[in-house]
Amino acid sequence: MINFGFSISKPRAIDIDRNNLRKSNEIMREMPELQACIGCGTCTATCTAGNLTEFNFRKVHTLVRRGEYQGAYEEMNKCMLCGKCRLLCPRGINTRGVVMLIKRKLGDF
Amino acid sequence: MKHVVVIGGGVAGMQCASELARQGVAATILEKESDLGGKVRNWHKLFPTFTPAEELLSALRLRIAEQPHIKVMTGCEAENISPRKVVLKSGEEIECDAVVIATGYTLFDARIKEEYGYGIYDNVITSADLEQMFNRGEVFLTHGGKPRRIAILHCVGSRDEKVCQRHCSKVCCVTGVKQAIELKQMFPDADVFNFYMDIRMFGPGYEEMYREAQQKYNVHFVRGRISEVSPTIDNRLQLKAEDTLTGRPLKMGVDMLVLLIGMKANDMNAELESQSNLRLQPSGFMQPRDSFLGNTESQIGGIFYAGTVTSPKNARESLNEAVAAARSAVAWLNNK
Ligand SMILES: Cc1cc2nc3c(=O)[nH]c(=O)nc-3n(C[C@H](O)[C@H](O)[C@H](O)COP(=O)(O)OP(=O)(O)OC[C@H]3O[C@@H](n4cnc5c(N)ncnc54)[C@H](O)[C@@H]3O)c2cc1C
Ligand code: SF4
Ligand code: SF4
Ligand code: SF4
Repeated sequence: MINFGFSISKPRAIDIDRNNLRKSNEIMREMPELQACIGCGTCTATCTAGNLTEFNFRKVHTLVRRGEYQGAYEEMNKCMLCGKCRLLCPRGINTRGVVMLIKRKLGDF
Repeated sequence: MKHVVVIGGGVAGMQCASELARQGVAATILEKESDLGGKVRNWHKLFPTFTPAEELLSALRLRIAEQPHIKVMTGCEAENISPRKVVLKSGEEIECDAVVIATGYTLFDARIKEEYGYGIYDNVITSADLEQMFNRGEVFLTHGGKPRRIAILHCVGSRDEKVCQRHCSKVCCVTGVKQAIELKQMFPDADVFNFYMDIRMFGPGYEEMYREAQQKYNVHFVRGRISEVSPTIDNRLQLKAEDTLTGRPLKMGVDMLVLLIGMKANDMNAELESQSNLRLQPSGFMQPRDSFLGNTESQIGGIFYAGTVTSPKNARESLNEAVAAARSAVAWLNNK
């Protein structure tokens, strides 16, 4: 077939109806405190890894909660488990624990 | 005995009349509806304590019944207001020594936001409709059955230039959190998503309630405003929003959409401005004489304000302000 140089982009929308929320629900069940996140970004602001790489902890865990697992495990691998985020989270979330839980749950993704 | 006319028999008007009587001033409540209570009559349970609205109303009714110098006139709409005389729509005139305006607010008409499909699609309801359903003790879909996924949309008819309502209605965020909890109590297996632009939890216990909704009831909060709603072939509703915290568009099907409608200024306020030289704020709510020290007074001696006629407020603030308005009126009468 002749390649005209066109392609169809993959839809960017998060489609809650199609996403499989099983893993996400499991994560929330094991760590309900993550539900209390208010998306303030303090964790990302202080994040050692996030200041040196593209890693955005808040964004990755929010995507996981919406059932968007693609690449989340690899992203979480950038975390150095230093625990600074946990010292600052205003909702008292064990954010470092969130990193480890997501890695454990999504290791096979 | 001095005599004050209180216009509007909502919680502010009721409380104001009872305080006036306690201070030795006769009060007449003019209420255009057939019953006292105002909007609170339509609510089921009040945030943040989940107190039945009826409990507040019966306590206020009792306070009024205990006072021989309060006269209640229902079915009477005030049309023309001056400090010494109020003219009703019927033409009847009531003489007095001062007036308290406690005419409250108007609920935003959700049909104006056509993109959300209120009055067009099934299962799009307002927060006020949901309170009525709670009052009847049953929430169900138009074609029967229980909702499995419910979305609640904040700021409908507030903070929106497109409908000329720039102000924040203040009580809808906490109403949305309260209703999310009540829905989860009714349908523990349903998923509830609140779509918000900002979450404004200004009162004591409100932030705690928000956290409880998140942590105990697993209500999902998505920061993003729904752009449009469309019906699906299987009679559900398809929503579109941006999940701004991930920077991605988001879509989902829901069984029911609850619109948190705002508090709009009464049309009558503009007439008060032209008729009586009272002042309006850009939001259309009445402008008090001074935001700090004259919050219950108007620009005209002998005309006072109580409750939501000056801005969106919760019931507690409306009740407190009603006491302040009564006392300002009594002080003014005594100094005349
Ligand atoms: C969806 C929703 C849910 C809410 N839930 C809560 C809650 O849980 N807890 C809480 O604290 N607050 C709640 N509120 C806020 C609450 O409704 C208000 O604080 C309260 O109603 C204010 O009382 P008001 O007397 O100032 O006004 P209103 O309740 O509006 O009463 C005004 C009265 O004046 C009458 N009137 C108007 N014009 C005239 C006229 N020209 N002549 C004669 N009578 C007239 C009207 O008929 C009405 O009875 C909620 C608001 C909304 C929108
Ligand atoms: S524990 Fe990980 S996510 Fe938290 S601040 Fe350290 S590197 Fe960042
Ligand atoms: S600091 Fe805590 S509340 Fe704020 S975004 Fe990070 S996890 Fe959420
Ligand atoms: S209280 Fe909340 S929902 Fe209501 S207008 Fe303000 S921000 Fe919007």
